[in-house]
Amino acid sequence: MTRSTVRVELPAHLRALAQVGGEVALEIEGAVTIRTVLNALEASYPMLRGTIRDHDTKARRPFLRFFACQEDLSHDSPDAPLPDAVATGAEPLIVLGAIAGG
Amino acid sequence: MSTVRVLVGTHKGAFILTSDGKRKHWNVAGPHFGGFDIYHLKGSPVDPNRIYASQTSGWFGQLIQRSNDGGETWEPVENKFTYDGVPGTHQWYDGTAHPWEFKRVWHLEPSLTDPDTVYAGAEDAALFRSNDGAKSWQEISGLRKHGSGPRWQPGAGGMCLHTVILDPSDPNRIFIAISAAGAFRTDDGGETWLPINQGLHSQYIPDPKADVGHCVHHIAMHPSRPGVLFMQKHWDVMRSDNAGDTWQEVSGNLPSDFGFVIDVHAHEPETIYVVPIKSDSEHFPPDGKLRVYRSRTGGNEWEPLTKGLPQQDCFVNVLRDAMAVDSLDDCGVYFGTTGGQVYASADAGDSWEPIVRDLPAVLSVEVQTIP
Repeated sequence: MTRSTVRVELPAHLRALAQVGGEVALEIEGAVTIRTVLNALEASYPMLRGTIRDHDTKARRPFLRFFACQEDLSHDSPDAPLPDAVATGAEPLIVLGAIAGG
Repeated sequence: MSTVRVLVGTHKGAFILTSDGKRKHWNVAGPHFGGFDIYHLKGSPVDPNRIYASQTSGWFGQLIQRSNDGGETWEPVENKFTYDGVPGTHQWYDGTAHPWEFKRVWHLEPSLTDPDTVYAGAEDAALFRSNDGAKSWQEISGLRKHGSGPRWQPGAGGMCLHTVILDPSDPNRIFIAISAAGAFRTDDGGETWLPINQGLHSQYIPDPKADVGHCVHHIAMHPSRPGVLFMQKHWDVMRSDNAGDTWQEVSGNLPSDFGFVIDVHAHEPETIYVVPIKSDSEHFPPDGKLRVYRSRTGGNEWEPLTKGLPQQDCFVNVLRDAMAVDSLDDCGVYFGTTGGQVYASADAGDSWEPIVRDLPAVLSVEVQTIP
């Protein structure tokens, strides 16, 4: 089984919550998908559970999007392979908060 | 000398204001959780350094924070609130059935006897309890399942369970209130619940005297008289002398019987406070004058308290959980506004001073009196 180091860029509020300064590096066994990356993220940082996706349904919270390699991956299947550049660590998976609100 | 700690939840973070018993000079600490709605934070009466906070946002959902050192440091604890069984539906604004969905925690009520036990009042309306310091939550589902749930409906702010009052004389008795369902009471620790809305009159629902559907804004109780309740409803200030079985209107000479907050003096159980607000829809003080009204007769006869409060061009609101009292000999009274001011009175309301003027909109105020 392949092992990948994936970089994840979190919104500032979630970096503060997880007490991380910059990008997060996660070791992923097997397929690199939104689901496996978020599983690894929540395993390493349990305080992030429920903040990016629903605890039970795993649905993405509506004010957050997933970007990588200049593409919006938010509406792709969570089980679709992420781009090779993400799987190799060349590019981060970006969790982006909507630029909205008061 | 005693310390007074004022816990302020705002639209953009939590602030902790501290002073000695003179309540003249205040230290303002914060923001904690800057950028987040802090709907409520409250300390344990058993261990004042144990404080729970409800942190929420449209981006990241609900978080619960816990402090063990009086709010200097915090740790995120469990944020998973799962309704027991199939949640079912309540009424939407247009009267259609709408599925129950968890949105946020409006109010946290620590146990009177155990710092690890805390209740959470949620939107969509439900009551949750943790017995392990907020490391896990279980719904007290007897409330939502008591039968009238499909007829509950949201107020403008959502269908929130915003008031939780624990009876100090009876650990099995809890009072709660929901906008817009009304008030409920359990006498068996949460297994079964009774709507306690007899005497309420709300002309905005089809049957103004219905058993549920009333927009109760807040309820207050003095711990020495747990059978006496005071209520600020969406129009009408009410009191009950039989633990909510029946209510009587005590609005008396108030300039507006609409408002959100209501509280009781720490040592005078017949002295109560409200802040009249103009409604519907305007939701600012009548005539642009911010006035606390005090009744020393448990209602009906009210006096305006204006010294130190703006008496012209004031158009702020005071939200339902944004008033509290301390328990010093000269009872202190505190309230926060949507304009970001937190006002304090060290003489039971006779005079007021702002502790701080320019916070984000204040959502909640709680006070701890620490010997």
